[in-house]
Amino acid sequence: MTYTYTTPAKALHWLMAILIGGLLGLGFYMADLPLSAPKIQLFSWHKWAGVSVFALVWLRLFWRMVHRPPAYPASMTALQRAAAHGGHFALYLLMLAIPLSGWLMSSAKGVQTVWFGVLPLPDLLSRDKALGHQLEDLHSALAVGLMVLVAVHMAAAWYHYRVLQDDILQRMLPAKAVH
Amino acid sequence: MKTKYVLALAVGISMAFGVHAANYQSVQADKSSISFRYKQMGVAMDGKFSKFQSTLQFDTAKPEAARASIEIDLASVDTGSAEGDDEVIGKSWFHTAAFPKALFVLKQFKPTGPDSYEAIGTLSIKGHARELKFPVKYSAQGAKGQLSASFNLARADFAIGEGVWSKFDVIGNEVQVNFQITVLSGK
Repeated sequence: MTYTYTTPAKALHWLMAILIGGLLGLGFYMADLPLSAPKIQLFSWHKWAGVSVFALVWLRLFWRMVHRPPAYPASMTALQRAAAHGGHFALYLLMLAIPLSGWLMSSAKGVQTVWFGVLPLPDLLSRDKALGHQLEDLHSALAVGLMVLVAVHMAAAWYHYRVLQDDILQRMLPAKAVH
Repeated sequence: MKTKYVLALAVGISMAFGVHAANYQSVQADKSSISFRYKQMGVAMDGKFSKFQSTLQFDTAKPEAARASIEIDLASVDTGSAEGDDEVIGKSWFHTAAFPKALFVLKQFKPTGPDSYEAIGTLSIKGHARELKFPVKYSAQGAKGQLSASFNLARADFAIGEGVWSKFDVIGNEVQVNFQITVLSGK
């Protein structure tokens, strides 16, 4: 029985960790900038990266379906398992909902999303200023929620490593570390 | 047989050109629109101007004698975003404080086919004037007429978007301008 994640699962986890970290930082930084040429560029890059994450989440979910994650260590209580499940479910949900809300927000604001300036995504909503603002608020509220959840996720990994001293953290590391 | 066809053709031509001759003398502003399309990071964006004044003389029987001028209130621009509207009236773009209006004056109008014409005129924006040549489509709609035209201009020709905006990587140089003008026979 293997207790570690598959290499593609690890690669997707860390690639998305980097992308999402960057997207959150860039998103909150660029939102309040005065209009300028770089601002428009940053928005485009944010949207391109966001669509990439959206696509990667689906790839990751598919991989997770055909390669089930390793089982939890027997030492974990039912409550800890439920908390872990719920947390991961919420993470996936937000990783889908945030880019989707961004895509809808762009449509409502009348700025189509064209992935890397090449692949146009259909505008799911027609231009509507008020709706655009509401979706912007939703997009940033969900992003705050994701930051909180990621913080909990990291704290939990640390708790497993230092306090419970199981291999939950190590099994997601590039090479399974030796105790 | 042959004469029948010739007759039918003659009737057809006269219907296309002559029968519905109309003499238009004004523009119905609230049924007319001036819009534009530009590219931002490769993404097509739509905008429009909501305020403009115009004069017009257009007799379909004497199209060459047509006269028209359109004066656009540049501050009435809608770029699709509120901060874009604030930006584009500023110094680097239209600089509406010094150049509040864009002016198009028709110089030549000639028929190129049934209900289609070629317009030549001068467009002046921000102290720069350029001659434009573009096709115009006409259609009669009851007592009213509809003129539609579309042409591309290079924003750099009019110094629209200077300084940090003068490169075309973020906002493209080419801007498509679309006119939909409803014309009336009365003043």
